[in-house]
Amino acid sequence: MGKTIAITGNTAAALGAALSRPKVIAAYPITPQSSVVEYAASMIADGQLQSSMVQVESEHSAMSVVQGAAMAGARTFTATSAQGLALMYEPYFRMSTLRLPMVMAVAGREMTAPETIWSGHQDTISVRDAGWIQIYVEDNQEALDMIIQGYKLAEDKDVLIPVNICYDGFYISHLYEGVNIPEQSEVDAYLPPYKQEHVILDPEKPMAVDPMTPGNLVMKYRKSHLDAMQRAFAVLDKADKDFGDQFGRYYGGTVEEYKCDDADIVLITMGAMSGTAKAAVDEKRAQGVKVGLLKIRMMRPFPKQQVAKVLADKKAYAVIDKNVVFGWNTGAVYMETQAALNQLGYKIASLPVIGGLGGADISLEHMTNVIEKLEKMNKGDDEQECYWLED
Amino acid sequence: MARDFITPKGDEGIYQIDTASWRTYKPVMDKDICVECGICLTYCPVNSIHKENEKYIIDLSYCKGCGICANECPKKAIDMVTEGDK
Repeated sequence: MGKTIAITGNTAAALGAALSRPKVIAAYPITPQSSVVEYAASMIADGQLQSSMVQVESEHSAMSVVQGAAMAGARTFTATSAQGLALMYEPYFRMSTLRLPMVMAVAGREMTAPETIWSGHQDTISVRDAGWIQIYVEDNQEALDMIIQGYKLAEDKDVLIPVNICYDGFYISHLYEGVNIPEQSEVDAYLPPYKQEHVILDPEKPMAVDPMTPGNLVMKYRKSHLDAMQRAFAVLDKADKDFGDQFGRYYGGTVEEYKCDDADIVLITMGAMSGTAKAAVDEKRAQGVKVGLLKIRMMRPFPKQQVAKVLADKKAYAVIDKNVVFGWNTGAVYMETQAALNQLGYKIASLPVIGGLGGADISLEHMTNVIEKLEKMNKGDDEQECYWLED
Repeated sequence: MARDFITPKGDEGIYQIDTASWRTYKPVMDKDICVECGICLTYCPVNSIHKENEKYIIDLSYCKGCGICANECPKKAIDMVTEGDK
């Protein structure tokens, strides 16, 4: 049941973390994530949250502190953005490859330069191959809910991989929306206390972790990590179903389909822009255009089977990326969608689209323009060049 | 110990390469001087030191003789001696 209140995405993230009862929080403030840290710190100071808050001097230290705590078996939380994530990269990679489950919220921000503090997916996209699970959300409620679900996914014995919950800076981090805050007892029933078994630092049984390891064994650790990544699809589906059964909100697991069943053409989006895309789909549907939306929720691991299943019988699709892949003149989600379809033997006309970089607006008109381009492609136009959503 | 290839743990050892054969000097611990502080275990880069029954044991089957334990021991309870001398 809980109660519904108007809060920002950052407050939703902090509340989602608090409801998950982390033992240790270490974070360093950075725009647009700062108020996550402020809110968590005030909850601890007010006695509403029983966690150790470690004030660190950098994001590198934040991730290192939670890494040690996680190795001792604690449930941990942190949050960051952009340059902070970049500074965190070294312990970030080690967190996942040590297979220490945790949840880190990322208020997505464009990478500098040019100097910008505004929204984008470039920060998390640029570290998509650092071994973490990455989930992108559309609104404040989904941010709160997915932090709770994130722990369920990360801590599953079949997974044991840390999770990023990525929400667009400002569009989610700073905008107020009505968010249902579940009761603590309900969250406790869904997410029991975590008991780590695969590695535990214990002064009574001293050992070092992460010794110098020769390549033939590194290969085995990597393969085991990649295998666990593939098991994450099913675990997220189950976490989503159990969450829906408990709280009444189902998200679809790895992807969300919106009016795709009878669609000829499909928009593919990720994160906050999906709301605008749904409005554009509704507008075009009212004009008789058979268009649907596929929202990618899980970017790492990439749900190629689920994406191919939705697109299999479609005539054309466009992927709107709020990031770029330098060297390909497209965004990452486009590249990965193409790779998935190619690997599974589908050939479907497609359009790469880039927009929303550095907080640039992605308007309803932009979305309907993309749908109109797809309509032309459906009639035989061969559109291949990347389409930039400019003013 | 069965290796699960999830988290690389020191106490599982590596034992893929015969690093003991690299040794020129070996660590020899004087148990009368040792105060069981565990500094040697903490500093050993390859986890060749284990704690068994409240005692610290140097596993020479893997130790490559780097001497870090001897250098770090606050009581100087570890001597590096030439292989074959003792």
